[in-house]
Amino acid sequence: MGSYSVPIYYLLTHILENEIVKPREITSNTIELGSKYSPDFVCTPFKYTLGTMIESVEDGANILLQMGGGCRYGYYHELQEKILKDLGYSCTVLNLVSGGKRISYQELKKYPIKIKKRHFLKSLIITKKMVFYMDKMDDYIRMNRCYESEVGSFDKVRKEMLIAFSKVKGLRDLKKTYRKYKKKMTSLPLQIPEKRIRVGLIGELYTLMEPAANEEIEKLLNSYGFEVKRYTNVTYLLFQKKRKVRKYLKNFFVKYRMGADALDNIYHTKELCEEGYDGIIHIKSSFCTPEIGAMPLIEKVAEEHDVPVLFLSMDMHTSKVGFLTRMEAFCDMLEMRKE
Amino acid sequence: MDKVTVGIPRAIPYYDGGEFWKSFFQQCGINVLFSPPTTKEMVDRGSFLAPDEMCLSMKIYLGHLDYLEGKCDYLLVPRIDRFDDTNQTCTNFLSFYDLAKHYFKTPILNYNMDNQNDLLDAALEIGSSLSIPGIQILKAYEIALEKEKEKKKIRNQKQLELLKEKQKKVLIVSHAYNVHDAFIGSELLKLLKENNITILYSDYFLSEDTNPLASTLSKKLYWKYSKDSIGSIPLCENVDGIVFLSTFPCGLDSLVHELVIRKINKPYLNLVIDNLSSFTGLETRVESFVDLLEQS
Repeated sequence: MGSYSVPIYYLLTHILENEIVKPREITSNTIELGSKYSPDFVCTPFKYTLGTMIESVEDGANILLQMGGGCRYGYYHELQEKILKDLGYSCTVLNLVSGGKRISYQELKKYPIKIKKRHFLKSLIITKKMVFYMDKMDDYIRMNRCYESEVGSFDKVRKEMLIAFSKVKGLRDLKKTYRKYKKKMTSLPLQIPEKRIRVGLIGELYTLMEPAANEEIEKLLNSYGFEVKRYTNVTYLLFQKKRKVRKYLKNFFVKYRMGADALDNIYHTKELCEEGYDGIIHIKSSFCTPEIGAMPLIEKVAEEHDVPVLFLSMDMHTSKVGFLTRMEAFCDMLEMRKE
Repeated sequence: MDKVTVGIPRAIPYYDGGEFWKSFFQQCGINVLFSPPTTKEMVDRGSFLAPDEMCLSMKIYLGHLDYLEGKCDYLLVPRIDRFDDTNQTCTNFLSFYDLAKHYFKTPILNYNMDNQNDLLDAALEIGSSLSIPGIQILKAYEIALEKEKEKKKIRNQKQLELLKEKQKKVLIVSHAYNVHDAFIGSELLKLLKENNITILYSDYFLSEDTNPLASTLSKKLYWKYSKDSIGSIPLCENVDGIVFLSTFPCGLDSLVHELVIRKINKPYLNLVIDNLSSFTGLETRVESFVDLLEQS
């Protein structure tokens, strides 16, 4: 999943004795492979992950890890395992989170997974911290990359940082590395114009976080000179969401949780509007049920505050040109409104 | 004071609990107004209101609510999260209330069902918001529950008798709110009946029987209505064919039906209905399926 493969790979190599197969990067080939064997109107992440799974199995993996969420995401693994078996591959798909509960140690023991007991907790803490630092850095990049004097300077530092992260030895080492690259990042020259246009990015988590699934929308917006704010990242989903949702339900016109990230997105829309953002882009994979339910309410909130919203629904049929046209039209409109 | 009228849409939640609420309100001396079976206008109206990608069943639900708007004092709109951790619902069920409140002006009677709140809590919630005395609520609840149970039992008995018949039999695996809906399911049922085929409904069996059986086909399934429907497949081993009926683009059925189809070895027909479906296309598919059954 995007750059998160760095901390995940780090964690797995440090806590497991099994050999780890690094998944290939998502290409058009992956997507084609995944959609070929998927049911027609399943949501897009299913197709992407299935494609990656087939590639990984061909690279020699026989246990595949899958996560679960508050929608049909939690049920992916069973069908994916069946599809892979019907294709003649022998492998198991292991779901780490199902029905909102983490997999128990007893159940994990049934699989041929060997866990290193030494340094287990330490690696876990380092990974958590690494994700936290990455998310913090990405937040900074999204806000400032649009003003870089030299094109590509931010991405270069980020790439270097990820490589350095994958080689850290301990918590102190990680902290030192982070500080070093943070300094490097913040000292990059910026050219800040007078009129700053800020865009909020909300939507379904997979499409938001996987650059291959959203046509690198953040980079695109930054290249137009727009600041981008995005709430959803792994730190938010795993460590902050539970606490924050309780806050969202107080004094808000939505009475109940609406499944997955629907409520979060409606609340974030309100927050973005109140903070004076110029536009909001809602992006999701096709047929994402919880987000479809949230869309009318997002529209309502944005209308009340007179902030334009662009709804994008991505799947493998989305043509790059059509997508670019819509984005350009929306961005032109934002610029005109600013004047 | 005039009698209060509560409007109940004849769509999604109606098919599991509509009868219960009808007798419950009657016991409490409250008028109940059901919307009529789905018409084309309701579908169009629902599609107009809802975002494009919303599933057809949900669009129909909105269409029914729209029909009742202004015709009653309250709309009965639940929010159903889960019955327990392994019996959850589709995320659409979670957004009924907030969407209805967004679209319609009629006051809404709302009850919530999740881990902490079961049907009795729901009845108390509804009763107290209509300021009905507590004892009357409990009494009405008992009677309504008893009546619903009785009806389900009779339905189940009839199904079991049908299973013993010698005629060609087909099991329809679907959510109750799809197969019994006048827009989605009626054409299919009519075509099957014209061809003298006995129809068994997955939702007419008792949930207590079908729900545990679902694990023979899918171990990790956690949706109640999907479990209820696919659990009927091992129960009906001597049917000649299976029809999977779903609406476009149902999130649960897209995965569950695909998995089940890969595991059964019986003739099957996988129908996905949307609001553009042509009747001729359906006819052709059902006829060829019936031909297949007659040859086997």
